[in-house]
Amino acid sequence: MTRVSMRVDGVTYTDEVEPRTLLVHHLREALGKVGTVVGCDTSNCGACTVHLDGQAVKSCTVLAVQADGAEVTTIEGIAEPGGALHPVQKAFHEMHGLQCGYCTPGMIMASIDLLKENPDPSDAEVREGIEGNLCRCTGYQNIVRAVQQAAGEMKSSSAGTAAPETTGAQA
Amino acid sequence: MIPAAFEYVRPTTVDEAVQAVAEGGEDVKIMAGGQSLIPVMRLRLAAPETVVDLGRVAEMRGVRDEGDALVIGAMTTHAEVVTDPLIAQHAKLIAEATETVADRQTRRRGTFGGALAHADPAGDLPAVALALDAQMVIAGPSGRRTVPASEFFVDYLTTTLDEGEVLVEIRVPKLAGDWGVRYEKFNRVAQAWSIVAVAAAVRRENGHIAEARIGLTNMGPTPLRASATEAALAGAAASPDAVAQAARSAAEGTSPSSDLNAQADYREHLAQVLTRRAVATAAGL
Amino acid sequence: MTLTEDPATTAVEKEVGKARRRKEDARLITGRTTWTDNMVLPGMLHMSVVRSPVAHGKISSIDVSAAKAAPGVVAVFTGRDIADEQGSIPCAWPVTPDMVNPGHPSLAVDEVNHVGEGVAVIIARSRAAAADAIELVDVDYEPLPPVLDMEEAVKADADLCHDHTQSNTSYHFVFDAGEAGTGTDTEQAFADAEVVVSRRFVNQRLIPAFMEPRSVVVQPQGDNYTMWSATQVPHILRVMLASVTGVPEHKLRVIAPDVGGGFGGKLQVNPEEVIALLVARRLGKPVKWTETRSESLMTAHHGRDQIQYVDIASDREGNVKALRVRLLADMGAYLRLITPGVPALGAFMFPAIYKFPAYRFECDGVFTNKVPTDAYRGAGRPEATFAIERIMDELAVELGMDPLELRRKNWIQAQEFPFTTVAGLEYDSGDYETATQQALELIGYDELREEQRRRRESNDPVQLGIGFSTFTEMCGLAPSRVLGSLSFGAGGWEHAAIRMLPTGKVEVVTGSTPHGQGHETAWSQLVADALGVPFEDVEVLHGDTAIATKGLDTYGSRSLVVGGTAVVKAAEKVIAKARKVAAHLLEANEDDLEFADGRFSVRGTPGASLAIQEIALAVFAAHDYPEGIEPSIDADATFDPVNFSFPHGTHICAMEVDTDTGFVKIRKYACVDDVGTIVNPLIVEGQVHGGLAQGIAQALYEEAVYDADGNLTTGTFVDYLVPSAADLPHFDTGNTVHEAPGNPIGAKGVGEAGCIASTPAVVNAALDAVRHLGVSDIRMPLTPERVWRAIHQGGDGGDRAAAGTNAYGGASTESTTGVSTPASSLGGDR
Repeated sequence: MTRVSMRVDGVTYTDEVEPRTLLVHHLREALGKVGTVVGCDTSNCGACTVHLDGQAVKSCTVLAVQADGAEVTTIEGIAEPGGALHPVQKAFHEMHGLQCGYCTPGMIMASIDLLKENPDPSDAEVREGIEGNLCRCTGYQNIVRAVQQAAGEMKSSSAGTAAPETTGAQA
Repeated sequence: MIPAAFEYVRPTTVDEAVQAVAEGGEDVKIMAGGQSLIPVMRLRLAAPETVVDLGRVAEMRGVRDEGDALVIGAMTTHAEVVTDPLIAQHAKLIAEATETVADRQTRRRGTFGGALAHADPAGDLPAVALALDAQMVIAGPSGRRTVPASEFFVDYLTTTLDEGEVLVEIRVPKLAGDWGVRYEKFNRVAQAWSIVAVAAAVRRENGHIAEARIGLTNMGPTPLRASATEAALAGAAASPDAVAQAARSAAEGTSPSSDLNAQADYREHLAQVLTRRAVATAAGL
Repeated sequence: MTLTEDPATTAVEKEVGKARRRKEDARLITGRTTWTDNMVLPGMLHMSVVRSPVAHGKISSIDVSAAKAAPGVVAVFTGRDIADEQGSIPCAWPVTPDMVNPGHPSLAVDEVNHVGEGVAVIIARSRAAAADAIELVDVDYEPLPPVLDMEEAVKADADLCHDHTQSNTSYHFVFDAGEAGTGTDTEQAFADAEVVVSRRFVNQRLIPAFMEPRSVVVQPQGDNYTMWSATQVPHILRVMLASVTGVPEHKLRVIAPDVGGGFGGKLQVNPEEVIALLVARRLGKPVKWTETRSESLMTAHHGRDQIQYVDIASDREGNVKALRVRLLADMGAYLRLITPGVPALGAFMFPAIYKFPAYRFECDGVFTNKVPTDAYRGAGRPEATFAIERIMDELAVELGMDPLELRRKNWIQAQEFPFTTVAGLEYDSGDYETATQQALELIGYDELREEQRRRRESNDPVQLGIGFSTFTEMCGLAPSRVLGSLSFGAGGWEHAAIRMLPTGKVEVVTGSTPHGQGHETAWSQLVADALGVPFEDVEVLHGDTAIATKGLDTYGSRSLVVGGTAVVKAAEKVIAKARKVAAHLLEANEDDLEFADGRFSVRGTPGASLAIQEIALAVFAAHDYPEGIEPSIDADATFDPVNFSFPHGTHICAMEVDTDTGFVKIRKYACVDDVGTIVNPLIVEGQVHGGLAQGIAQALYEEAVYDADGNLTTGTFVDYLVPSAADLPHFDTGNTVHEAPGNPIGAKGVGEAGCIASTPAVVNAALDAVRHLGVSDIRMPLTPERVWRAIHQGGDGGDRAAAGTNAYGGASTESTTGVSTPASSLGGDR
């Protein structure tokens, strides 16, 4: 067992883990962060996407021990503390960017990462930006709309300053 | 799935890493970004006794300019490679190919050196390293040695890395002169491995192609150079016809495999088409 | 409905037709979800399954001693250990009286019949311990020849999949319109025909690949059991588990919490659900099983997999005369819940929208040593639609006619509805011409044809093709009497209940269990309109047999058509009950009451009115209500449709084909669907999009491939290609609306439309692009290699190599069956 300490959605947790424990299993089973889910074995589906030190990663392809000392943000940590949704969460709702919702946490986390890098993506850029996330329900069109709508809102609300990673920068 | 249990070591220097590998027992695996190794361990295709994680070896990360060459730390992530200004200026082919690797999340963790050491014939970067005549700097118990890319890739998933050795950095000679580059990748869905891909760097001089370097991805157990095409292009007119003519020999000397996505003869055909396209684009045609 | 005379009241905007944002989203976008795998119970044990690495063999020995001794392992059970309790996975659809059902043990006892079949289970204190011990179970198999190819399997001297059966044929199902009295003699029609076109189509094996892997948790409480399962069918599961395991139905509660997609793939009684229940009963402890993706691809039921021999007859002018279809339908190794019924359901859809005078359908259900097939989005109808829409194009080519003109010449005209087809179905409503015109405009047809001409003339390496699919489907499954006539083991009704709470809030209980379709939102819209209460005041309850006590769940585009109608009928009963109370409290005659916008008012007496939400409080208090009635306005309803509903539409695909590489790329996709009344346009559009993605994926990307030993080569998402956003086009969608006469909502069903219609449109488009190069068929999926071979070597592109890609060092099934493999020699990673 190895001692690991990480800050997840603003709270620091210290635990003993087996080195083989995947970050996603640590989040779900030790920390109760069940909003992040597992969809495959091969790093293809992206359902488990979280932010590790501000960057989107597939938490099924990171060991918990590798996240020692890191800052992890999950789908449960992106809304404002008061409950106001992140613009990307809002846009997924508004544009019907989800059906069963299983891919949604990963899809939202990947989309936020994309928008940080490219605040005004074209249709094709959104599609490429979320190529690592599979959805079986939506055919993606409304997800693409949602990401573009969120981009618009984030641009108008941040007015030139980059929105901080974990806050929702509401208009 | 969950990997089988293993011992975990996290060195912070190359020396520590080499030592950890030496002490890791019979079946030790070196983990770079983990983006292939962890899935393989989850599927229990690999069940190492010890995993040596290079993630905290700071000296293995980053890109530096050494005059006639760039030196890329093996632990430099794909995402860093894609945005690195030195690579953009002196080794654009690497950036272009790296952009096509997997997906955004995987590129955040996966590393340049890990991809080379993994030596997956369908991986994009070995053929690029080969085309650019990269030099692999390897650390081991008896010190460092440098191996050219042409000798580094030995077989399917196998390199010249000996037991106990770690790939530390990659020296990439800068391209001098008027070079154009192109990585032409062919796959069925966006995040998939290459069925076939072609890495081309072409130097033009006075309306002619002075020199072409062409690396082939997934045309055999190791990355290959399209030597016959390179020879045919040297001094050829920079015209679509000449390029097409030269590209017809792109599959010479290759031994591609057959799988779900392509049988060997189709791969040979693809190598020709993609070489034509890659060279034409690199030559600005 | 007339408006109330009270001038203060204005008409409330109708909910039906509004693009309401979904109520479901709040929890799904914040991660506050209840997936089955989230469930943790005190003392909960974890189950893993030891699976067969061979496709066909006798189990000669199993040694579980090392596994039993492993750290954290509590118990190990083999098939032999539970042989007396496990019964057989039920098959609810014996399509013929003499259908052969070999029986389907949840854990193999003597013989394994497909790779991935369970042979033992490990019960351990942690997920990791259960996974680790798999490798410690030592099973010896005596291999038998695997039966993998249907056309070989039906030959006289074929190896047998099950040695206690006479052949590999489970059943021979026939529908002959001449014999049924719905058409003329098919053989005669072919004998007399001027033109006959015959084709063999392969409708490949697919994997539903819902995003949430299957998961089940069973909690024993005395002799009661609660099961949480990632299922589409908690009600059916409960009945079936009771009959299989002997746990009495009233002692079993099944809960489907948040369920991450199904597409038919979770319309099943899974072996692991049966075993988890048996183990929980034996050990008296809660048990959880959650599959890995590799397990899911390898062992959850597959779909499609038909070889279709199709003959079409017409005269020289293109008037169709007869259709003859013979199918080989792959059952896989066993018959699961509705395995045999899927092709039989499709039997009625092959004639599609065309006025065939004669039709004959024959199907052989064939056993192979592969995982069983069963329902996958469309279930029988996509296969039929593919065959008919492909053969119509082939006939058009034979006749030298425009494919759309041929269709137009033969389809049912708008004024001919209701129309009884040669298959005996009565199509309810529609207008194929109008939908087609709209779709042509949406895609910009004339410009695309012009561009196609230019590319042909210039011999462009990238050719353009345009493909059509003018489809219909039978939805709203299903009239119970029809199901009875088809020997289906259950009815097709649906149940709903409405509970009027004292505060005026409304609970709607539905037996139709959603897993992504948005029932909570759409049902709220229905009830808001019916009862005149605010949308926000309605809560929809579902998916728990202790709460939604009756139901037949969600599949076959039935929820709104059947389940939604039950909700509307229940609301009518609530109003009828409330009317009596209102009359009493308003001291008026019932006949003088009008009900509008949620209020009863007395005709001609302004101001005298009472809201139905106030009546709910009044009957809760029950201080003052009429004699002779119960103090409740709650009601329930069970709706059994008398006919199917028949959505239809025109789908058009424009496809670019790179003739140098064989790579195909959808340039444009447009469709106009008629799904009857649209309750929520946002949800309807989303259903169409998702269906299109899956239908296109069948055409271009997905195929479950087995190698010569019966290993599933496409055992991970590396090789089973579910397309990403970057691989799919933008869709231009539209609607026409012809209300379904068979239900008060007027809805026809939308869940499967896109999936059924799109596949042939895509293939027809690719063929249209390269037909002038001598190509007349390309097998699905249209891999670049197949397209390239068809163009340059003739034929249909042929078989694919069966080896998986070398990604991750070859991540095929062998690695995921729990059999230890030599450690690979990987040096690093990507």
